[in-house]
Amino acid sequence: MSERHQSHVVSPLLYLAVFASLMVLTVVTVAASRFDFGPWNTVVALGIAVVKATLVVFFFMHLKWSSRLVRLMAAAAFMWLALLIAGAYSDYLGRGRVNTAVEKRSPTGALLEDR
Amino acid sequence: MSEAMAHHAEADRHPALAHHFEGLPEQKEAAGLGMWLFLAQEVMFFGGLFTCYTIYRNLYPAAFAAGSAHLNWKLGAFNTAVLIGSSLTMAMAVHAAAVGKRRQIVAYLLLTVALGSVFLGVKVVEYADKFHHHLVPGEHFRFEGPLARPAQIYFSLYFAMTGLHALHMIIGIPILLTLAVLAHRGRYSADYHAPVELTGLYWHFVDIVWIFLFPLLYLIPTHAPH
Repeated sequence: MSERHQSHVVSPLLYLAVFASLMVLTVVTVAASRFDFGPWNTVVALGIAVVKATLVVFFFMHLKWSSRLVRLMAAAAFMWLALLIAGAYSDYLGRGRVNTAVEKRSPTGALLEDR
Repeated sequence: MSEAMAHHAEADRHPALAHHFEGLPEQKEAAGLGMWLFLAQEVMFFGGLFTCYTIYRNLYPAAFAAGSAHLNWKLGAFNTAVLIGSSLTMAMAVHAAAVGKRRQIVAYLLLTVALGSVFLGVKVVEYADKFHHHLVPGEHFRFEGPLARPAQIYFSLYFAMTGLHALHMIIGIPILLTLAVLAHRGRYSADYHAPVELTGLYWHFVDIVWIFLFPLLYLIPTHAPH
């Protein structure tokens, strides 16, 4: 039986520490939304969420002690997500630059007549 | 190997061990990998909605901020704490299984169900409030001001994303209850508790989705430059 097959028993104290960190970061998220970071508002909110998600994945979901194959699968999940968002975004950001004939919308969402 | 020895080895096999695995550790590794593959698919499932959200929020930032102002961030924050708490009790249930403490597995699983139910209860209160204030997209949607149309997109995404998330919890709770019954009957031990672990992975994943939904839906600052 190889070492990586052994079930890792984690101390409940570590779980409590992770739980406490997640609660503190939730307070930080709410507090951060009160400050204006300008264009960085969303980045700050998502940054804190990514830290929280990482804590859950590595400790609660045991990825820290998982085999390399399982880690690869977890990494691939986020690679695919990155491809999805990057692919969709390259389309949206490119619209109107590549083809100026695309529909124009006002800030209220109403379709503007072609000028 | 003689026939007698083969029979002996057969009798030694754990009842939960499928015939095509050499041993429980190998079976557990395969099951864990399968669960992570399923979760990778779930990431894409929610990923489509998150991508949709990102694109529309960039198109209509003012409407998203105005729509978000109609949500009660205190209820959202309360639910975040409840769900993180349920992740802790779930992790403790897996821990109890790993050290073979049957009564503790049952207790922590039931605690997880209780916290999950509190979350869903708060969600019901929130949804009822949206119906009451005509903020549910469709024929009866009412929103003052020029942002009504894109605000409806915000609320469509709000219901799609939180609804799909709640559906995952509604599916998860009966699974947790089933595990609690089986754990009570002594099905799980330190050697074999893969179902508890895999359900734990699912539950933590649902927690992660909410960790992103909370700031994206409830905490859109209204002072952001548009």
